[in-house]
Amino acid sequence: MENLKRVDLIFGAYTNEKYKVLESSMSKSSEEIINEMIASGLKGRGGAGFLTGMKWKFTAAEKDPVKYVVCNADEGEPGTFKDREILTVVPRKVFSGMAICGKAIGAKKGYMYLRGEYRYMLPDLMKELEIYHEHARRFGHDFTIEIRMGSGAYICGEESALFESIEGKRGEPRNKPPYPTVAGLFSKPTVINNVETFVNAVMIMKYGANEFKKLGTSDSRGSKMFSVSGDTPKAGIHELELGMSLADFVNEFGDGDTKAVQVGGASGFCVPRKRFNDTIIGFEGVPTGGSMMLFNSSRSMYNVLHNYLDFFEEESCGQCTPCRIGCQQLLKGIVAVKKGEKPSSYLDQLLKLSDTMKITAKCGLGQSVANSFASIVENFKEEMIY
Amino acid sequence: MLKVTIDNKTVEVAPGTSILDAAAKVGIQIPTLCYLNLHDLNIENKPAGCRICVVEVEGRRNLAPACATDCADGMKINTHSIRVLNTRKTVMELILSDHPFDCLVCAKSGKCDLQKMAQDLGIREIRYQGEQSHYREDTSPAIIRDVDKCIMCRRCEMMCNEVQTVGVLSGVNRGFEAVVAPAFEMNLDHSECTYCGQCVAVCPTAALTEVDHTYKVIEALADPTKVVVVQTAPAVRAALGEEFGLEPGTLVTGKMVAALRQLGFNYVFDTDFAADLTIMEEGTELLTRLNKYLAGDTNANLPILTSCCPGWVNFFEHHFPELKDIPSTARSPQQMFGPIAKNYFADKIGIKREDMIVVSIMPCLAKKYECSREEFKVNGDPDVNYSVSTRELANLIKLANIDFHNLDEDDFDQPLGESTGAGVIFGTTGGVIEAAVRTAYEVHTGKTLEKVDFEQLRGMEGVRSASVDFNGLELKIGIAHGLGNARKLLEEIKAGTSQYHAIEIMACPGGCIGGGGQPLHHGDSSILKARAQALYREDAGKAIRKSHENPFIKELYEKFLGKPNSHKAHELLHTHYFDKSNQITIE
Repeated sequence: MENLKRVDLIFGAYTNEKYKVLESSMSKSSEEIINEMIASGLKGRGGAGFLTGMKWKFTAAEKDPVKYVVCNADEGEPGTFKDREILTVVPRKVFSGMAICGKAIGAKKGYMYLRGEYRYMLPDLMKELEIYHEHARRFGHDFTIEIRMGSGAYICGEESALFESIEGKRGEPRNKPPYPTVAGLFSKPTVINNVETFVNAVMIMKYGANEFKKLGTSDSRGSKMFSVSGDTPKAGIHELELGMSLADFVNEFGDGDTKAVQVGGASGFCVPRKRFNDTIIGFEGVPTGGSMMLFNSSRSMYNVLHNYLDFFEEESCGQCTPCRIGCQQLLKGIVAVKKGEKPSSYLDQLLKLSDTMKITAKCGLGQSVANSFASIVENFKEEMIY
Repeated sequence: MLKVTIDNKTVEVAPGTSILDAAAKVGIQIPTLCYLNLHDLNIENKPAGCRICVVEVEGRRNLAPACATDCADGMKINTHSIRVLNTRKTVMELILSDHPFDCLVCAKSGKCDLQKMAQDLGIREIRYQGEQSHYREDTSPAIIRDVDKCIMCRRCEMMCNEVQTVGVLSGVNRGFEAVVAPAFEMNLDHSECTYCGQCVAVCPTAALTEVDHTYKVIEALADPTKVVVVQTAPAVRAALGEEFGLEPGTLVTGKMVAALRQLGFNYVFDTDFAADLTIMEEGTELLTRLNKYLAGDTNANLPILTSCCPGWVNFFEHHFPELKDIPSTARSPQQMFGPIAKNYFADKIGIKREDMIVVSIMPCLAKKYECSREEFKVNGDPDVNYSVSTRELANLIKLANIDFHNLDEDDFDQPLGESTGAGVIFGTTGGVIEAAVRTAYEVHTGKTLEKVDFEQLRGMEGVRSASVDFNGLELKIGIAHGLGNARKLLEEIKAGTSQYHAIEIMACPGGCIGGGGQPLHHGDSSILKARAQALYREDAGKAIRKSHENPFIKELYEKFLGKPNSHKAHELLHTHYFDKSNQITIE
């Protein structure tokens, strides 16, 4: 464990009095809050890693009197389940984070977009929300939060598709720009952050940016919740300091026979054993929204890839050609090669197709299919063919 | 202004200009597929879904869709780098991999945007093959959906939702199964579809086409026991020529008549005649209501709404049933022609109603549905048997080996072929109300109208208002084309804030000249303008330009109908409307 540091920030001690950190943040100005966020170097925990403070700053700078804060709780990436735990254990921190953001950017309304499969949490979340609204009223913070349910579409975790869904439309990504900070939910300036990011924001307000910065590396500040699954005796949620090598991670969590780790879920990268040592988990290396799936030598990487492509083929919104048809072609393609209906050289053509998808698909979904596809096909080519 | 460089050409553009438009300014035509822009009508579709128009923007990792990416100052763009060309080819191959290869027998062959793009991009093989998606085919009285051919350009969806606000078509399902369909993938006739056909007018492939009656007409013509009568709508003559390569806006009235005669129709009549008749009936209704209103009757039922557009009738029956008593009860010209032909004219030539077949040539798909409505049938025999579109007529002419270009111009038969300039302009937005004003003015004031051109009623703006001086009475007129624009005026009526005495509504943008049955405009709205101008030219060239001066209309009233709005006229020329708001059933 010497190279792997466990942290207890997310679930850790908060405050004895309800919404105390939020209340004390109310005495700070918008600028002070944003500067603290920028100073902390916090990057979005959903996976894309945009600087949270900058996102808040851009939105705060917009002149529109109506702005929104949106919490992306549509946790749908295969292999990630940390938001479920966060929302179950510390929903108060999440709501506090949203309310602090509201103060920072001048929004009066926040939405939480909750994954359809998490509907069972709704009663508890609503109870907590009542407590939140009571306290917000008590210390005069004019910021209400509403929970909107998703309906099971993976694509609605993409921020602009999520907005469309809240607006009552078909969940499809929008053209970008404009970015959410300029025209997001209901075309108003919007901050949209992951569940975990909001919790980090609260903890930064509690302990200060300097304390937060002590963890992690210059590119990846702080700690991160990891959803560890697959061939591991220690499956579950683990909060770890960012910047570890994958080798250290596998030493701690592997079963002694790990041949590959899928970092960042189906849309992430597959790292084979030979690259464990030189792979850093963080924004300077392989970033992740938290999903870490370990595979040992008993697993067929063909099956793994087939499973991912099956998922993408079904979960693409179907809006743009490269994703709608590309995913299907990749899936049919590897099946055809496996069955011997296509020569193994067809894999090279499929790799080119995935490259095309990466540069032409409209949103992150279609663009990132190439991540897992290329990393699995290139590293486990023989498993694709034989 | 912003300065951008496209393929080494520098161009200055205003902020908000897309790369696509900026490139066009310097003569660079970036290929597009899903994109559609009808500039004159303010209609734009840019979901950036097809990804054919992608270009290279220096400094960006990904390619950018030219249609949906705004220029930024100093941007350097390459529209044909090797990366762009390879990508475009791959994207096109992907689209084709999920498209049926039945071009040889496809209704859209030769007019298909997808086919043309495949040619333009020089696609000679499709490296990606796999399963194609298969969907249930959906037919209605007017429109066929062959969803296997849908490429998800979303043009129809934009038309149906944003322009027409009908809200029937939208994207359903996810992933490879994603497609545009009515709710719950029900059939169109189980939806609130108005059959306006604007989805068909913009569909780049054959995913949406009209129900084709070409062969039914051929069979009728070949039946020696039937007298086959044809009527041609005003907008057809301004567009039919396009199907034979003539310039948009070329009037082909005489050649069209000659072709119809050569096809074997026993009588070639004109819907314009029925349009004049509509003016007599609708104009009289307007004046009756107006006089009531002027006499202080608060239930005078104003504004009166025109009722000659069947798409519009379907729209208010579904969406505004509470207003169903406001539109004029006058039937559309197509449906006025039917009973006059099958009663008055059949009598005149001494044949029985059931021995006459009435065919209508319409710029419209909703007319196909209209003539199938039960209230327009007598003992199961429809007043109008078959309604065929301008496009179908062109096919008929080609099937009969007629050399359209070298036809000698011919004249309509009498009596139902005589029409005035007022009847002609029915085919464009503002035309019906202008025709009505010409007659209503003279009847109301008892004076002769010196200038019959009402320029204030013409134009392409979606909602227009104008007032006409009726000898001291200021008649306030509203005009809307496109059902979304109609909705605005209807909401005003519902709210009690409408200031109009009379409102003309046409379901299609531009009026009938832009109908769903017309030759495809492929996104060029100048074609619609040219057609409208052609109709105004025909009107200007007519000796008689007021409906009530049509000698055969006068004769019809004298010998058969009595007076406008008489009992007989009501029986044959008027209709009633239905509340269809609860008629949508879910199977």
